Amino acid sequence: MKILDVQGLRKNFGGLAATADVDFHVDQGEIVGLIGPNGAGKTTLFNLISGAITPDAGIIMFKDKKVSGLKPYRICRAGIARTFQSVQIFPKMSVFNHVVIGLLFGDHRHTTSASTTEEVSQIIEFVGLSGMNELRAADLTLANQKRLEVARALATQPELLLLDEVMAGLNPTEVAEAMELVRKIRDKGITVIMIEHVMKAIMAICDRVIVLHHGEKLAEGKPEEITRNQSVIEVYLGEFTCLPSET
Amino acid sequence: MFVKFLDIVIGSLLMGGIYALIAVGFSLQYGVARVLNVAHGEFLMLGAFAAWSLFTLGGINPILSLVLCAPVFFLIGFLIHITLFKRLKRSSESLAVFEGNSMLASFGLMFIVQNLALIIWGAPVKGYSYLAYPISFLGAVFSANRMVTLVTSIIISVVFYLFLARTRTGKAIRAAAQDPVAAAHMGVSINKMLALCFGFGTMMAGLAGLLVSMTSIMVTPFMGMEYTLIAMIVVVLGGLGNIKGSFIGGFILGLVGTIVSYIQPGLSMVAFYLIFLLLLLVKPAGILAK
Amino acid sequence: MKDKTKKYSLFAGFIVILLLLISLPSYASSYRVIFVTNILMYVILTLSWVIFSGPTGYISLATAAFFGIGVYTSAVLSGTLSLPFVIIIGALASFCLAFVVGSLTLRLRGMYFTMFTFALVQLISNFAHWYEVNVTGTVGRLVLALDSTIIYYSILVVFCLVLLASHFIKRSKFGLALQSIGESEEAAAHSGINVTLVKVTTFAISAFFMGAVGAVMTMRWSYVDPPTAFDIRLSFMPLLMAIFGGMGNLFSPIIGSSIFAYLEEILTTKFPYYYMLLFGGAMLLVIVFMPHGIEGVFRKLQKNNKGQLSEKP
Repeated sequence: MKILDVQGLRKNFGGLAATADVDFHVDQGEIVGLIGPNGAGKTTLFNLISGAITPDAGIIMFKDKKVSGLKPYRICRAGIARTFQSVQIFPKMSVFNHVVIGLLFGDHRHTTSASTTEEVSQIIEFVGLSGMNELRAADLTLANQKRLEVARALATQPELLLLDEVMAGLNPTEVAEAMELVRKIRDKGITVIMIEHVMKAIMAICDRVIVLHHGEKLAEGKPEEITRNQSVIEVYLGEFTCLPSET
Repeated sequence: MFVKFLDIVIGSLLMGGIYALIAVGFSLQYGVARVLNVAHGEFLMLGAFAAWSLFTLGGINPILSLVLCAPVFFLIGFLIHITLFKRLKRSSESLAVFEGNSMLASFGLMFIVQNLALIIWGAPVKGYSYLAYPISFLGAVFSANRMVTLVTSIIISVVFYLFLARTRTGKAIRAAAQDPVAAAHMGVSINKMLALCFGFGTMMAGLAGLLVSMTSIMVTPFMGMEYTLIAMIVVVLGGLGNIKGSFIGGFILGLVGTIVSYIQPGLSMVAFYLIFLLLLLVKPAGILAK
Repeated sequence: MKDKTKKYSLFAGFIVILLLLISLPSYASSYRVIFVTNILMYVILTLSWVIFSGPTGYISLATAAFFGIGVYTSAVLSGTLSLPFVIIIGALASFCLAFVVGSLTLRLRGMYFTMFTFALVQLISNFAHWYEVNVTGTVGRLVLALDSTIIYYSILVVFCLVLLASHFIKRSKFGLALQSIGESEEAAAHSGINVTLVKVTTFAISAFFMGAVGAVMTMRWSYVDPPTAFDIRLSFMPLLMAIFGGMGNLFSPIIGSSIFAYLEEILTTKFPYYYMLLFGGAMLLVIVFMPHGIEGVFRKLQKNNKGQLSEKP
């Protein structure tokens, strides 16, 4: 079942096409990787889907409902959540309150505050931040801040989660933990699209990969197919040092 | 009919020239030095009083005062920047914080300058009469000082425009106004540039004030704020950091103001504010921005 | 627990002060009562300003505009309606104006918003002046002044209301949303918060109290005109007081504005000629040396003493 359907999406910034006629779809339950060199338009695509910016042309359908052009809070409540390339946490706020915000505002079904504490604890435990409820977000390590962003996003009860370079800046152990978390998220029934430069992760957990270049969709397919795609290899100039057999 | 039309044209060019000058000054200070100088109009006021004092007490004609005062005002602005705003820049954690702090600091400056003017010159409205005789132009009669002011403001605008367009320093300033970071990378000494731009900004305000005093008999310590607001509006109209835009915007506003004054005197400022609001809602980047 | 005793003692201290304030007219001279009324005016304006500009970081200079709307509503209605209604209507008028203006301008980047609020004060003031010259025929209005004790108690009521509002906003779901907007507007929007609505509503709430206090203060003056009602200094003062006192909690702005207002009252009477000079100089000193206000200075001292950042009570 198609959960996300993007057709003819275009976004220009002062004459430059950041997103140029992009078509793709995502099926429910998939983990889709979105890769491409810097400046390819990956985050712009996320921004278009999440409502941070509005497209100049094209349409975005989420569960057969048009979401392109809606404000971010509406798209969030509809069921799409995201994290940001440069971690956007609330620095002075506690871990607990981050998740509370996601629960209270991101999920239109959430009404009672009686079950809130319980739900918050569950989410915090799920991402691996147990025991850190009262810590201020600014005091967390980068890896934990990323976990917090994910927790906040999960609290909004999304059906589609957009992860923007969630593994950037993490050491190998943390990358492995992040990969595990993404798998757990998919196991919960949430569809994931992830922008990543860490190829190991893309190869290991993605069902499909979409490659962007200069705002256009360059290629699309299974991870192994992508690594063998000539134009993709040219664009990345040999970055594929990590083949499936090595993971 | 023709006389009325000519009157409006002359009036628009006159006010437009002054507005353009003060707007360019403000644009330099905000666009380059990132200081939202709320005290900008106060320097215009000082310029007006300088002209008054020099004329009334020293018998020096205002045109000469322009030449004398320009470097003084430049120096004042330059010094204020290196003593106050440069220091603030160092102590501010981010650009946003600096913008906020420098704006607030300029408020303090505004009160200080206004009060100093009040102490030195007193509250009563002042004015002087220079070249206030009528001359005939294209069949209509105008006051000589208005024509002289008009010509002078155009000359100053053109000179400054050429400076910006042709000289190395001028080009560096334009580059810094468009994109301070890129300019720094291209070797423009940013610190010097900031102080320089701030100095130029003050100088433009002072010159505009001198010109205003030639045609207006209403010089008071409280006249500054209105011009600060006009500068803000023109700068938003022409696009932040866009010097050419400030020039053009100044003349557009001059035209609007003159026409509105004809229809309903006293509402020109209200018209400006409404234009401001409309601009901010529809195209905050300015009508001349791409 | 150390935190709890601190909280209770602050609260107890506050109750004591409140009781002293309530009983003031019975033991203080009329002059003193008026003096405290003026201080409370500034405290209310500062608290109202902090309700919006504190958490969001948008510097609003529209305070004088909303205060003035309250003044003019009061001037127009005084004599025809009883005081409580006059105050409420004045407050509502400001609320509505702020809601409209906020809806239009709060999507602007910070500096543009500030510029606009600055222009708004002049816009309304100029318009009022034009209206009085051309439509009403006379500039300024005469107002029936009221007894200073009534004014004092009215102001005290507004003070308590704004305190309650500040307190409850902070602890509510709304307050949480507000805080998140201030810390990362983008993330807040993506977490399901209708950022524009929250900002506009908060802006309007803060304007409500500014209008209320304006409506009350009118009764102190026998004559109002646009320059008095829309005095731009009423936009700068709360700003400066909030910075001076700090905005971390409810008490800092109250302490800061009280001290500042007290000094201001003394300075205006002792040095009417130089007062603006001193005020401007004070502003510069505060901005340059105390960008986080007294509260910031205290924190720095605590940090130096303990070697770590201390938690807020």
